[in-house]
Amino acid sequence: MIMGLFNDWVVVVLMMIGLYIIIAHGNLIKKIVGLTIFQTSVFIFYISMAKIDGGTAPILVDGVTQYSNPLPHVLILTAIVVGIATTAVALALIVRIKEAYGTIEEEEIQEQDSQHKDSHKLNIHNSSEINRDKKEC
Amino acid sequence: MKRGELIESLINIVLLSLLVGIAIAIVCMKDLFAVVMLAGIYGLISASFFVVMDAVDVAFTEASVGAGISTLLMLVVITMTGRTEHPTRHKPLLAIFVVVVTGGLLIYGTFDMPYLGAIDAPIHTHVAPRYINESMQEVGVPNIVTAVLASYRAFDTFGEVVVIFTAGIGVLALLSVVRRRDEDSVIDSINDSMHEQHLILRIVSKMMIPFIMLFALYVQFHGDYGPGGGFQAGVIFASAIILYVLLFGLSTARKVINQTLIQLIAAFGVLFYGCVGLVSLLNGGNFFDYNVLSSDPIAGQHLGILLIEWGVGCTVASVMIIIFFNFAGRKEFQQRNGNLIDNISKKNKGI
Repeated sequence: MIMGLFNDWVVVVLMMIGLYIIIAHGNLIKKIVGLTIFQTSVFIFYISMAKIDGGTAPILVDGVTQYSNPLPHVLILTAIVVGIATTAVALALIVRIKEAYGTIEEEEIQEQDSQHKDSHKLNIHNSSEINRDKKEC
Repeated sequence: MKRGELIESLINIVLLSLLVGIAIAIVCMKDLFAVVMLAGIYGLISASFFVVMDAVDVAFTEASVGAGISTLLMLVVITMTGRTEHPTRHKPLLAIFVVVVTGGLLIYGTFDMPYLGAIDAPIHTHVAPRYINESMQEVGVPNIVTAVLASYRAFDTFGEVVVIFTAGIGVLALLSVVRRRDEDSVIDSINDSMHEQHLILRIVSKMMIPFIMLFALYVQFHGDYGPGGGFQAGVIFASAIILYVLLFGLSTARKVINQTLIQLIAAFGVLFYGCVGLVSLLNGGNFFDYNVLSSDPIAGQHLGILLIEWGVGCTVASVMIIIFFNFAGRKEFQQRNGNLIDNISKKNKGI
């Protein structure tokens, strides 16, 4: 029982570590690493499901009858390459965020955003007041 | 339990425990450089785990992607964004609460899962026996993973290739920089000073590049018979080019490798893949039904798999090269702008 479900438990633990990093850490690079851990835990889950006791790698050889399930292998193989491509897009976004805000810490970015919004509101307010003054004149 | 199985399950436990340990270390580390290197080790160990689980194709991919390219990309990004993490945490207690509750529910869910290696698990009872027993007659390729990837599920793989191509376009849209000719000389001088220092490294690594490319081609064309295929070959080929860029600098590499050509190859790979499907439609079969490509169905299957793997390899290799060139080019652009700003401020001070 312990050995039979050990892989699944490790998958859950890894997945939760990844999730914790994504929720609690503010640094965007760290969040991406957390996402990678989360993603890999799903890979481990699929590949563990494909395993058969006494089976070999799914490449046909004479004299072997027991092969592990090839379908999860196919799904995960393509998922890994797609994963790195999408991670690259995320990293590109982080580079642009760094250029625009000067930081990749989530809280500092939100702070700058809220300041920007406040000043924007103030500007609109001021300009409307000026307009009103003009009309009154 | 037999001796072999016992050792296998011991290796399994050791590798998975290492993964958990590394993941915990990643949570605690503040230095992002260490985090990225640990993530690379994490990728390598998960690749070893996939070998233990008999998933050799997946292990191949994970070793080249997880331990290779992704570490490299993150390192490039860290040089642009700074390598230390802010120590403040965003509501850590709430996060731990959410994580523990979700994890507990998932663990509760695992008690209904079939045990590891069980032959009668539901996953092994539907399409898998057909793939294992019939693929030799229907597709004629010893590597079942390649048969499923390129023939049974070719439409699915086509979708994945399109996603990779789209990601390449996304990176291009976000990071590409318009360069002016006259700026090249400034960059050359920066690069020369940097690369003269590592003469031995340069010469020894340069000798490895042709062998890496040859290995990539072997993986590409031997994918029908052993582990490998277009995805792995593409990544390995790209890593040879990236090694060249690391050794000789971006401006030299730009002269050797034409960026427009690489972008065309990326698009060509996707189109080529799709065209194989269209040709089989025109020959009277279904989309990606290779039986009609040739008079002999098995020869048609072989031809179809060869062609689409070639398309996959082209797209994956060129998208990886595009991604790396654009990240490195962005860094160069930032450095140059930084230098310009410095120069201007120096001039202002002088005046």
